[in-house]
Amino acid sequence: MKEDIRIGVFVCHCGTNIGGFVDVPSVVEYSRTLPGVIYATGNLYTCAEDGLASIRDAIKEHHLNRVIVASCTPRTHAPLFQGVCEEAGLNKYLFTFVNIREHCSWVHMKEGPKATEKAKDLVRMGVARAQLLEPKEEARIDVEPKALVIGGGISGMVAATSIANHGFPVYLVEKEADFGGFVRNLNNLYLGGKDATEMLKPIVDQVTSNKNIIKCLKSKVAGVDGFIGNYQVALDVDGKEVKDKVGVIVLATGADEYVPEGLFGYDLYENVVTLTEFEILCKRKTLPKISSIAFIQCVGSRGHVKSYCSRICCNVAIKNALNIAENYQNILGKDERGAVVEKVGVDMKAPEEIAERRRRRRGRRDREGGEEEAEAPAPSEGIEIAIFNRDIMSYGLEHELNYNKAREKHVRFVRYSPANPPKVYTENGKLVVDYWHDTLKLQRKMNVDMIVLSTPLVSPPSAPGISKLLKVPLGQDGFFLEAHVKLRPVDFATDGIFVCGTAKGPADITECVFQAQAAASRAAIPLARGYVQAEALTAIVDADICTGCGTCIEVCPYGALRKNMDGVAEVIVAACKGCGCCGATCPEGAIDLSHYTDSQLLAEAKAALQEAIQ
Amino acid sequence: MMATNAEKLVDESTASEEWDPKIIVFCCNWCSYAGADLAGVSRLQMPTDFLVIRTMCSARVDPEFVLRAFAKGADGVLVAGCHPADCHYIGGNYRTRRRIAILRVLLEQYGFDPDRLRLEWISASEGEKFQKTIREFTERIKEIGPNPLKED
Ligand SMILES: Cc1cc2nc3c(=O)[nH]c(=O)nc-3n(C[C@H](O)[C@H](O)[C@H](O)COP(=O)(O)OP(=O)(O)OC[C@H]3O[C@@H](n4cnc5c(N)ncnc54)[C@H](O)[C@@H]3O)c2cc1C
Ligand code: SF4
Ligand code: SF4
Ligand code: FES
Repeated sequence: MKEDIRIGVFVCHCGTNIGGFVDVPSVVEYSRTLPGVIYATGNLYTCAEDGLASIRDAIKEHHLNRVIVASCTPRTHAPLFQGVCEEAGLNKYLFTFVNIREHCSWVHMKEGPKATEKAKDLVRMGVARAQLLEPKEEARIDVEPKALVIGGGISGMVAATSIANHGFPVYLVEKEADFGGFVRNLNNLYLGGKDATEMLKPIVDQVTSNKNIIKCLKSKVAGVDGFIGNYQVALDVDGKEVKDKVGVIVLATGADEYVPEGLFGYDLYENVVTLTEFEILCKRKTLPKISSIAFIQCVGSRGHVKSYCSRICCNVAIKNALNIAENYQNILGKDERGAVVEKVGVDMKAPEEIAERRRRRRGRRDREGGEEEAEAPAPSEGIEIAIFNRDIMSYGLEHELNYNKAREKHVRFVRYSPANPPKVYTENGKLVVDYWHDTLKLQRKMNVDMIVLSTPLVSPPSAPGISKLLKVPLGQDGFFLEAHVKLRPVDFATDGIFVCGTAKGPADITECVFQAQAAASRAAIPLARGYVQAEALTAIVDADICTGCGTCIEVCPYGALRKNMDGVAEVIVAACKGCGCCGATCPEGAIDLSHYTDSQLLAEAKAALQEAIQ
Repeated sequence: MMATNAEKLVDESTASEEWDPKIIVFCCNWCSYAGADLAGVSRLQMPTDFLVIRTMCSARVDPEFVLRAFAKGADGVLVAGCHPADCHYIGGNYRTRRRIAILRVLLEQYGFDPDRLRLEWISASEGEKFQKTIREFTERIKEIGPNPLKED
């Protein structure tokens, strides 16, 4: 038999905050007339110790099994009152909050008796809800103390090392034959100008020597299923299938460089290269002799093809301009070649199709004099360098100093407007940048041996596939989207999956390392604790009503529903966040939400309207 | 303001001065409920005719709740949720938006003024928007008049 409902109502004066505008004694009086209410009282301050004691005492004395506090807002005070209920042996889900301050006395200060009437309505709604409440337990779910990190660039390596150093085994899955990611393409690095290979080496060594890291090269993630603490993963490790269970996943799959097809002569002229291609030329010491060079910024970014600013390119262009101005001998090809670039192609990042495009381009290359040898300039001295830009974003102190240094070295910064960008063509076998000089108000030409296009980092073509596999979202620009840009910058909304590095959007190495360490320490929390507490507010499927249409599975933002063996929907309690989206969508009305059930919400609505139909 | 026939009949019959509408406001916990709280903290005054029901997300508001509320005599229903892209549960509010649009069409077909149902994005920092919305909506509902079902 169901136990009797015994409700206690505590109406707060909140000093004069409520009591000054709402007739509290009359609300208390009214509460006593409502069904199931055994006890009602007013408190000067319910949240003060004597107020809390009055709740504790009344629960014991009057055997209350529901408690209602009519006072301020649950957003700040619910945990306090729920705690008191629990102290007195009452499950905290049997507590109801009624807001008569923020939603009543404070916004109806001049309404007199109407505010009191409204407070009564609100208490009546609370009583209707309280009658239907049920106790709830929060389930504990064990966490498999292992992690999976996807992507072996800087971010993935740092995250994996950090988790491994907490003492947990980590699978580090990298699709290429080596760890290192995009940095392997680079020559030297801002800030500090350190050689990229040198910077990378100790980080790779830390990975290879770490016994807790299970190194999976030439590997891919083939399947992921489950939820926080219990992800079943299937890996393809160099052709061999490996299956295991991990507790958390960190995504660090990086970004690609945008290929500026059709822009600024990239398809037509060999000597027009991207920033990355330029770095590779320098790194391999295959840069031809040049006497003049132009960088063009924001190619394909900031509203051009992609909407965003890629953050790093201004600083990377300045870095490379300084390399030419200060360190030309060191990046110059040893074989004293002329000014035609034998393009090398982006190391391991260039997908096949880029290589293919490049081959095609070579076929139809405009040869009018393109092969003509230029006069060999005096190395290092007097190389003309210009950076065509919309504006230079050298954020932060050190980058600003680099920018100033570049100016001192006579690097020219020439502004262009997106409405009238420079044009690139050849004249007498030489590349020309034809541009509008806004200060001089003149159309001008610059003869150059080489043009470097600063194109943005873009989300790789594989991102949508990974997004589907892990059921994590991509933002408008195609990068992975965190749960909250400021408050949860390395979490996904799905518990137990984290993201760091350029997979999330353009970032430099320093920022990637921050993010990777942040993601690793977030991921280590459930691993170290060993369990997670599941939400008590979850969807509940009525298997008898469900037709197995699958609509709910599609709408759930957390992948918290699946079909069970009987072909009907089933809630994965550990993954469900209790939003209720599924319930409102189910065409059969087969899904309810615990603690915010259809009947509870309808009872509230009905109580609200009780006076409406007389 | 295209009052339907059913509405007009009621309009003419109940022209009482002292009529206080009943308005149900579904607020999602994360943005709009907090926005309503902020209106309170800021002491922004507004008419008393609305009663807030808290749901976790605006997407929890089953179309059935809205229809039942009207059937029980609500004069207006306001659904308030987080701004697009701000929903605590990723994209719940996009579903809400679609549902409310369809519901409004449905209401009209049943002879209800669709303006009785309103959707508004109110963030946790928009106390003033909450106040403005409540004021305008109450005003509009008073113009439309009582829920015709109340007379049955
Ligand atoms: C031209 C240029 C110059 C730069 N210069 C500098 C500089 O001077 N200083 C600086 O701080 N930063 C610089 N950067 C930025 C720097 O390169 C990035 O910040 C850094 O490489 C990002 O590291 P990451 O690990 O996040 O991504 P990545 O380096 O892209 O690594 C991602 C890794 O994941 C792997 N992967 C992808 N998908 C999968 C999958 N499905 N399964 C398994 N593995 C996968 C990839 O193969 C790759 O190894 C420069 C960038 C460019 C483009
Ligand atoms: S939407 Fe409803 S009927 Fe369809 S599978 Fe989900 S629970 Fe079952
Ligand atoms: S309540 Fe929300 S999180 Fe839970 S199963 Fe339904 S849609 Fe998914
Ligand atoms: S949580 Fe506010 S609309 Fe979804």
